[in-house]
Amino acid sequence: MIQSNYKNRFTFDDIKSDTGLKVALEKGAQAVISEITDSKLRGCGGAGFSTGMKLKFTAEAFGNPKYVVCNADEGEPGTFKDRELFTNYADFVLAGMTIAGTAINAAEGILYLRGEYEYLVEHLEKVLETRRKNNLLGKDIMGRKGVGFEIKIRLGAGAYVCGEETALLESLEGYRGEPRNRPPFPVTAGYSGKPTCLSNVETFARIAAIMAKGAAWFKAVGTEKSAGYKLFSISGDCEKPGVYELPMGTTIAAMLKVVGAKNTQAVQCGGASGRCLHKNEFNRKIAFEDAPPGGAIIVFGEDRDMLEVAENFLEFFVEESCGQCTPCREGNVKLLAGIKLLRNKKCSPAYLEELVALCETMKIASKCGLGQASPNAFLDIIKNFSSEIFMGSN
Amino acid sequence: MSDNVIQKDLQNYIASLVTQYGKERNALLPILRGIMDKYHHISEEAMQSVADHLKIHAIEVQDAASFYSFLGTKSKGKYIIRLCQTISCKMSQALGIANKLESELGIKFGETTKDRMFTLEWTNCLGMCDQGPALLVNEKMYTRVTAEKISEIIAEYRNKLAKSKE
Repeated sequence: MIQSNYKNRFTFDDIKSDTGLKVALEKGAQAVISEITDSKLRGCGGAGFSTGMKLKFTAEAFGNPKYVVCNADEGEPGTFKDRELFTNYADFVLAGMTIAGTAINAAEGILYLRGEYEYLVEHLEKVLETRRKNNLLGKDIMGRKGVGFEIKIRLGAGAYVCGEETALLESLEGYRGEPRNRPPFPVTAGYSGKPTCLSNVETFARIAAIMAKGAAWFKAVGTEKSAGYKLFSISGDCEKPGVYELPMGTTIAAMLKVVGAKNTQAVQCGGASGRCLHKNEFNRKIAFEDAPPGGAIIVFGEDRDMLEVAENFLEFFVEESCGQCTPCREGNVKLLAGIKLLRNKKCSPAYLEELVALCETMKIASKCGLGQASPNAFLDIIKNFSSEIFMGSN
Repeated sequence: MSDNVIQKDLQNYIASLVTQYGKERNALLPILRGIMDKYHHISEEAMQSVADHLKIHAIEVQDAASFYSFLGTKSKGKYIIRLCQTISCKMSQALGIANKLESELGIKFGETTKDRMFTLEWTNCLGMCDQGPALLVNEKMYTRVTAEKISEIIAEYRNKLAKSKE
């Protein structure tokens, strides 16, 4: 096991992992869906869809069996909060999946774990086994007749795009991890074409916590549009990198203080597909309505070459594009070549304008979030650091 | 082992994986991962055999096998070392570790040692950004890797193999 680096105290530390499951079973499916909807919890993987709505849609969808799928394909550069949850709070995640299962009337949950985290399988299997022994999984959960739920682990095989929900489903079904057209959404046609509640690891853990402490407790912190607490994976140029739980709406500046970051010139917020924020923007809030709250925060000190950062991200996207749609497959290659020209001071302002136009095309025309978001960091870095980029060029 | 024996061994092993994971299409990835664990690549014979069991065309097996970076259709070493190349690890001096790995193993990234023991590859974010540089040796994760640690890790696997041959 990999031990945690720095972290603060999480709200999970003050809750028993299965109190939420007990409450959920006592109150019943409808009450779970209302409680989660009322809590204003939104998906913690980054897209931020209302979790209550997702449960409701899956519960109401036509078709059987129904499935719960946990997206543990944590591949966004700079993200490692799910690793922390599995290492120290796995019961919350599994309890949350079980609660979701009872809410939508599903008997089976699948935990899709990225291949890179294979080292966690042994630990997770042990936790699952203990839950079975303690009657928290399997048949007649907590002694309730007819309430059954099972969870199995499926490993990915090294493909970032499988974090996209429909690509993940393709992978689970034994195909290349190429995103599907949406709609239909997984809530109506997910795993094997059946209604599927597919959510991020942290979202399931939050479900368990909210059922234990109540919707009012959760939405008491955060902002109007982004309620509650959120885990942040913070790395890069700071004294105390690690996983921190902070209220939604925390400013970048406040976060930098927590991790002991000094002389910071920029922060990558939301991973490689997120936004690169210049120091003038550190008063911005991390929330769905402002700086993306996916959870990955990479801190760049004043000595870092931001074009090198952009190049690293684009190399990533070129490698991880599934190749299915042209704007993403070809666009990222062009942007990477463009960054190399910029680094060598051989990119004319006119060509840079063309690249910026290409970014817009990619955002509009790419099939999934990968291609739609991959130009973000490029555009931000061009915008924020253009004075340095053209310094000394002809 | 003669080619026939190897073939027979492969066929038996695939049959056991099919018994374990089933004949449905959704068993394909677990079966292919199983083949990787033992043979370190998925040969054309293996693809055909899996296709026969699952009653799909071999090209469909290749289609999936060629997509995932942890599955491979080309022969690799017994231990695949994957060093994280993503930004946080890069900022914690992953390049120095890369040089050390190359000199220690005498190969470049993308290559396999002559004794078929080690393959060296770059990989994308391993989720260890707060404790980089990070690398995987097969499924085992190593964090906060230093040049000295590299020598120890390589020696550990060389010893393991030497012992298994005794």
